[in-house]
Parts: sequence; C-alpha cells; structure tokens
Amino acid sequence: MSTPPPIRRLSLEDPPAASEATAPPRPSSNGHGPSTGGSPFTATRRSIGAPQFSIRRMEIDDVSVHYGEKEAVKHVSLPVRQGEVLALIGPSGCGKTTLLRSLNRLTELTSTARLSGSIRLDDVDITLIEPTLLRRRVTMVFQQPNPFPMSVFDNIAYVLREQGSRRQKKKTLEPAVHSALSRAGLFEEVKDNLDHPALKLSGGQQQRLCIARALAAQPEVLLLDEPCSALDPQSTQVIEDLIVKLRDDVAVVIVTHNLQQAYRVADHVGFMYLGDLVEYNSASALFNKPREQRTREYVTGAFG
Amino acid sequence: MESSLATPQPPASPPVAGKKPTGATEGSDTWRLSDRIGLAICWFLGLLFCAIALAIVIYLLVQGITYLKPSMLVTPAAAGFSEGETGGFSDALIGTMIVATMGMALALPAGIAIAVWLVEYGRPSALARITESTIESIAGIPSIVLALFGTVIFQSTALGFLSRTTEGVVFGRSFFAASAMLSLVALPLVVASVREGLNSIPRHVREASYAVGKTKAATTRRILLPTCRPQVATGAMLGLGRIVGDTAIIVVLLGATQNFSPVEEVPFPLNYLRGAGTTLTNFVYEASPTGNLNQPQKAYAAAFVLLLIVLALNAAVDVVHRRSRKVGTWSQ
Repeated sequence: MSTPPPIRRLSLEDPPAASEATAPPRPSSNGHGPSTGGSPFTATRRSIGAPQFSIRRMEIDDVSVHYGEKEAVKHVSLPVRQGEVLALIGPSGCGKTTLLRSLNRLTELTSTARLSGSIRLDDVDITLIEPTLLRRRVTMVFQQPNPFPMSVFDNIAYVLREQGSRRQKKKTLEPAVHSALSRAGLFEEVKDNLDHPALKLSGGQQQRLCIARALAAQPEVLLLDEPCSALDPQSTQVIEDLIVKLRDDVAVVIVTHNLQQAYRVADHVGFMYLGDLVEYNSASALFNKPREQRTREYVTGAFG
Repeated sequence: MESSLATPQPPASPPVAGKKPTGATEGSDTWRLSDRIGLAICWFLGLLFCAIALAIVIYLLVQGITYLKPSMLVTPAAAGFSEGETGGFSDALIGTMIVATMGMALALPAGIAIAVWLVEYGRPSALARITESTIESIAGIPSIVLALFGTVIFQSTALGFLSRTTEGVVFGRSFFAASAMLSLVALPLVVASVREGLNSIPRHVREASYAVGKTKAATTRRILLPTCRPQVATGAMLGLGRIVGDTAIIVVLLGATQNFSPVEEVPFPLNYLRGAGTTLTNFVYEASPTGNLNQPQKAYAAAFVLLLIVLALNAAVDVVHRRSRKVGTWSQ
C-alpha cells in the first residue's frame, strides 16, 4: 500500500511495437474480440499504424489525490505525450477519472479534494497556471454527451468567444466554428443545420459536438472520460477512429473501462487499481505480456 | 375428453381462474380491495376538482359577459346614486398592473439572484441554510402580517419619500409600499422555481463549461440561466398570480381608495406611485355585498377581468415551456 507501484518509463526513443506498423490494415476496428491463443488480445490492434512521433506535453509526478480521508489516487507518475493516445483502464472506483480530472484542475471543484505531487504542462506546474487558462489548454469531454441547450453553431461559438470581451459577430467566428466541427468529423453531417438545437442531434453526433467544442479552444491536451460508454457500437467506432486521428494534433488521454476500446485506440496504457498505477506500458505489451499479476488477471477478465 | 382420463390434472395456467384473459394488460381487477378503493378515490377527487374549477370559470364567464361593459375598463369609479353614475374600474385595473409590474421588477431579479447564490455558491453552508429557512418562513407568513409589518417600515420618517407626507407625518401607504411588500410575497415562489430549474441541470453540464475555460459567472449567465428559462417563467407567473390576487396588503398598504390619489408636489409618474390607489381584488371586495359599494354585478365583471389576466399569464408560461421543449434536454 505504501510502496509506489512499479513504473517503467518509456523513453521517447522506445520503439513502438514494430509489428503493428507493418501489419496489414484491417477493414474494421470491430472484431478484435477474443481469438485463438492464450491472450484475448492477439489480433491486429487497428488499421491505423503506430505513432509517427511523440512529444512529451504533460508530466504527472508522484500525484496523490485525497477526498477527505479517502485516498483516491496514490503516488501516480505518468507522461502524457502528443502523437499518441494514452488510455487509463481499471475497474470502477480505481481513481482513473479522478486522475484525469486533476489534469485540468477540475478536482478543485470538489471542496474535499486535496492534491499532492506535481503535474506539469510543458514544464510549468499547472497550479501556477490560472485555471480558466489551463482548462483552455487541457480540455475535457465527459461520459454523458452534454452539448449546451443552444444551436450547434453557438455551442462552438460559446467556447471561442473571449470572456468579458464584446460578443463577436457570427461571421467572424464562422471559419473557426467550421474548422472545429471538421476536426471532430461532424461538419459534413451538420453543415446545413448549424442553427438547429444541439440537443436534437443523435447521441454519437452530440458526443462529437462535445469533442469539437473541446477542440475549438485549441488545446494541447484532450481528456476523454469514458466518451463512448453512453453510445451505440457504431457511434463508438466513429469516435474511436476520430480519437486516433486526433493524436497528432493533441495529446489524448482517454479513460475507459472497456478493455477492447483501450486495446483499439491506445498507444500506451496505464492500468490502475484501488488508486495505484499498477502497470504502465505500451498497449501491445500491457495486453499481451503484462508484467504484473494484477494486470494479467484484469486483462484476461479474472476480475473487473 | 381423453385428457380427463390422464390421472394428474395439468395445473391451470393462468392464475386468474374463471376470467377470460384480456390480453397482456394489467387490470385493477387483480388488486387488493384497499388499493381499488384508493384508485376509486383518486378518480373521484380528480374529477371533482376538475368540475369545481370548470364551474368557477364557466360561472364567472357567464356573469362577466353579462355584466362587463367595455366602458367599465376605461372609466374610473365615481360617487353616484345610480348604476350608470358610479363608473367602472379603470383605476383598479391600472393599479393591478402597476403593483404587478413593480412587485415583479423587485421580486424576479432578487429571486433569481438568491436562487443562483443558493445553488451555485451556497457557502458558508450555515448561511445558506439560514437563507433557505428565512425564505421558507417568508412564504409561510400570511400577507396581512406582512402588510402590518410594512406599515411600521413605510411610516418611518426615513422612507417618507415613498409615500404622501404632510407636515412631517408619513402616510406610509403608496404604490411603492404595497409593491415592495407584495414582492416579498412573490419572492419565495420565484426562488423555489428557479432553484428547482438550476438543480435539474446535471453537474457534468456545468463542468463541461468549466472544462473549456469558462468562469462560474460566464457559465451561469450563458448556460445555466438560459436553460432555466421555463422555470424562471413559472416562478414569475406563480409570483404574479400571488401579487395580482393579494388583497390584504392592498387594503393596508395601498390605502384602498376607489381612485388614484396622486400627491401634488412631484412630477408625473412619481406623483401617482407615491399616492394611494386600488387594485382589482380590492375593487371586487368593495363591490361585493360586504363592501362599501355593494354592486355585485360590477364585482363579477371585475373578477372576470382578473380571471382573464391569470389565464393569460398561464398561457404565456405554456408558450415558454413549449419553446424550451424544442431545444431538448440531456439524456439521463
């Protein structure tokens, strides 16, 4: 309990599993279910290849989070890199969401939460960055699709409009709104209905609108808290493809309790259990050759 | 025939024996007796109150159409010996509109502000609890008691500028005084309704706004309050209903004259607002057989107008609600 979990830091030069890059692309990212062999994760991970590059954006260093007396996150250290997707997996209540929320200081909204250790964004401690500025650089998408009750256009424009300044004209915001929607792969579907209420979109479209909203702030890090858990498989696949596409522009951190999903989208995976970071490794290594007993049991479905 | 020869009888498949199955719907015929009586009472009371409400509206409609003359809406009440000479109730109608406007102008912003503070801030929590119970107790105070308290306040010399003052004696009865106290009557309803609206917005929606770098103030103004528009409208309507319907405060704090009695020394709108006046409810009371005027027909006519005002408010709130439904809400 008191000893920090073993963490293997992967250096930037660490070659990502070479077999993935050369593997033939598969038509669909579904169907990575259990196949032959001891591990259920022997299939090709996904059609998109290994990361082209990776730049360290955030550094989580010995972070613990307490809610009152309860310690939700215990001495976790992790890098967050642009160019790849980091997935945090683990059973519910293991602290993965708390860790995610502490990356843009959302935990501070809970009055009982206390954080120790340090989190740095581009080598600046995030406690030194004004929260609203930090949250524009590290944006977040939530479990439930939660567009604001206004038009599709206004949802994005709300993020773009600077606080306190005069409301800009719709025309001047248009290019930025369109680009945010395109980056989230939603523009083609909604371009004729930008004035329609956002809450009348389908669940998958709503979630992509939330991603577009988070991207509109031009963040360096995008946090996703179980973004697909309220969605159907088809929308899930669209969003997973989108997540992988985004990794070159922003550092992506995704929390998920869906192991298959982590396997499909992530380049690196951190497995958390009861607040501890049990294992951190590249996705293929963690799923296929887990070093820790706990990880092996979790990824093979012995507990969950 | 043959099956009856088989020794073990097959168990009767439906539990309700002797009844023809009527499809897979649940009927009350399988319920306990007490539950069935309860259901019958619910039906009876529901229909009874529908009937009572309908009876009131229809009765007032018939009486109102019979006795209401358009001239009543534009002529003030006057002293006279015959029905034709005593005029209408234009002063009372305008008076109702004045207290409604002024009362709401005070109660609505204050109520929204209090609700926002309670739900979004509410710290220190002891202060929030005290505020909450204070508002609840204001809601419980009969308006006549509030009116009595109002006389103490508005007869003080410091507030003399709000009502007629002659030779240093403050009259303490004016549209200002009545509206201020009426806003207290409406306030708890506005607070309760807006609070309910704010509480119904999921926490993650607020966090979604914070998570793109918005402040609490911006979130409240641009997201939370616009989302609560139907509840704000409901609170305003309930509050207005109370203001328009109140009589006690009008009698005690508005002077309950039959006409406007503007003060002389100040310019136009202020002279009326500082003076005494009347409202429709007070007119209905005075014109009823117990009142000084004793003209029941005019009481019915005025009551009919009052009813129309309340129905119009209800319709307006319906429109706001329907519009917000077009915007949609979050899936749970």
